[in-house]
Amino acid sequence: MSVTQLLFWFLSFLAIGGALMVVISRNPVHSILFLIITFFAISGHYILLNAQFLAIVNIIVYAGAIMVLFLFVVMLMNLNADTEPPHKSKYLLYGGTIAGASLMLVLVAAIKQSSGTIEFKTGNIGLINTLGKTLFTDYVFPFEISSVLFLSAMIGAVVISKKEA
Amino acid sequence: MLLTVDLALIIEKLALIVVVVMSSLVVAMYTTFAERKVAAVLQDRSGPNRAGPFGLLQPLADGLKLFFKEEIIPNFSSKFLFILGPSLAMLTAMMTGAVIPWGDKVHFFGRDISLQIADINIGILYVFGVVSMGVYGIMIGSWASNNKYSLMGGLRAASQIISYELAMGIALIALLMVTGTLSLKTMVNQQLDSYWNVVKQPLGFFIFLICVFAECNRTPFDLPEAENELIGGYHTEYSSMKLGFYLFAEYINMFISSAVMASLFFGGYDIPLVNDAALLEKVGTNWMAAIHAGMLFVKIAFFLFLFMWVRWTLPRFRYDQLMRLGWKILIPLALFNMLLTGALILVKQNGWSF
Amino acid sequence: MQPLTTRVKQVDRRPMNLLEKIYLPAILKGLSITFSHIFKKNPTISYPEKTRPFSPVFRGLHILNRDEEGRENCTACGLCAVACPAEAITMEAAERKPGEENLYREEKYAARYEINMLRCIFCGLCEEACPKDAIYLSETFAPANYNRKGFIYGKTDLLIPDPVSEPEAFAAARGSRVKRTTNN
Repeated sequence: MSVTQLLFWFLSFLAIGGALMVVISRNPVHSILFLIITFFAISGHYILLNAQFLAIVNIIVYAGAIMVLFLFVVMLMNLNADTEPPHKSKYLLYGGTIAGASLMLVLVAAIKQSSGTIEFKTGNIGLINTLGKTLFTDYVFPFEISSVLFLSAMIGAVVISKKEA
Repeated sequence: MLLTVDLALIIEKLALIVVVVMSSLVVAMYTTFAERKVAAVLQDRSGPNRAGPFGLLQPLADGLKLFFKEEIIPNFSSKFLFILGPSLAMLTAMMTGAVIPWGDKVHFFGRDISLQIADINIGILYVFGVVSMGVYGIMIGSWASNNKYSLMGGLRAASQIISYELAMGIALIALLMVTGTLSLKTMVNQQLDSYWNVVKQPLGFFIFLICVFAECNRTPFDLPEAENELIGGYHTEYSSMKLGFYLFAEYINMFISSAVMASLFFGGYDIPLVNDAALLEKVGTNWMAAIHAGMLFVKIAFFLFLFMWVRWTLPRFRYDQLMRLGWKILIPLALFNMLLTGALILVKQNGWSF
Repeated sequence: MQPLTTRVKQVDRRPMNLLEKIYLPAILKGLSITFSHIFKKNPTISYPEKTRPFSPVFRGLHILNRDEEGRENCTACGLCAVACPAEAITMEAAERKPGEENLYREEKYAARYEINMLRCIFCGLCEEACPKDAIYLSETFAPANYNRKGFIYGKTDLLIPDPVSEPEAFAAARGSRVKRTTNN
């Protein structure tokens, strides 16, 4: 087993274990910390795929900014086991099961559709130069559309925060 | 190549890591001392001068004192997270040093050893990633303290760091447009024979400098530990060396961010007004590396002095002033700087004519 | 209204202009002010190595005086104790025995003479009250002590060294006192 494979298995274990702990953990703050670990593991996978730019952006944006805001909200609301409602609705359980099963189905279908295997350390789509070129040539339209989406989200956030005044 | 095992390379990098970590620890130690000395000099006092000649052993005495203090872990706090907080703060502070080019290269045992631990092609983004991790040390520690003042300090730190990271990033984008690379080594090499980037990006440097002050929680942005409002801020509940770690991490952050600023805007290890290639011919590789590293340290020392100088001059911001400065002044200014840089680059590429 | 002082300074309440709103000139000015302090003289005196000279009128620890032959001046008249506003002085008188003429100047002397330094306010009224120039306040202050008892100074603590047997110690204890004693 090469070092790369070893790293792959380690990162996969970390990612899946962390993701499971996000769900299992009773304390929401712990859940978020496990989610951060998961993000790190995924960034590790990106690096294995030679996509360093994606890896670091994943860390900066998700682990560095969004998770901090999550943590922020959870800490301020001080959620813990006492604030949980004692009996959850039965429908929630059914809904969750169905949604999970559907997601599973989609995942299985996606994996079956995927074209063969992906080589480690090859490909350069995740490097900043190629990624930039691709985004601004082949995918210019979706890129601009998503920027419009972000802009509308920003305006929405401003409008919501201004509602009281 | 990535992940190829080369024993000599590993030993070489390991040695470099040890040297960088040790030197940043020593520098941080003596920065605490320098801070007190500079404060004293600026206020017409003597400062610490009892421990050893000129008080040079003062940082050792301080460290020893912290080690011998009682470790207190609050009853209702999560013990693991309580210890994780300062450890994370220290870890992220140390990790940034990996991508900074401390010098060009040295020649030992028939090998050219680069004085940069990792020349990754996303260099400066790595610094950003690690810095954005730094806030977790503070947040986790503050939450695990189970103390509302600590939590307030942590929340302030988080919102402050996130807010100023934006302006910092946008200011940096303008610089990246000029340099066309993310690697710190390439950036420094570009500046070796031409103007420093601060000439090309004065506004960008200025915004970056202010944001670095905010990221390091230094006065006038030291609201997370505003002692008149929040007791001790996020480290209220900490004692002994865990408190020491928090304090130390701040100084290591200062050291590393000074190094980053020097590399990005002030030519890194470039010697001003000297033709480096000609000097290299004269003194040889190893001496050149020593001179280069010394030059970088001179620049770092200047920035560290600037940190202290500002700290003992300006009073602390109020929280709404801090947020207003970050969101309403620095970000628009950085955006303007980015647009201006882009326009100038376009003009230049088209030969000053459309 | 009549201003209470001539140093009134009117606060400028005009709205700030653009240059002032940027704050940078003010910040730079502040920085230059702090920087200029690097070149200012440091007034600190590093204490145990260097000491500041006491003023000649400083009123510190009491000293019981002797004359040139080394005899105690005090006659235990009690005027100092009466004058003392803090009631810090206690004494017991005794009669001089024959053969003690070289120890005490007059026929009566203080067998016990105590000053409680915790009560003493170092006003110097005892010095003024003394008709025999037997007590004066020196240019030192009472050192710290762990016990209250340690602050009750007896005769052994207060008496000046004998000018005959230990002239140097006597001169050191007198200090600049010589100048003051000449005019009374």
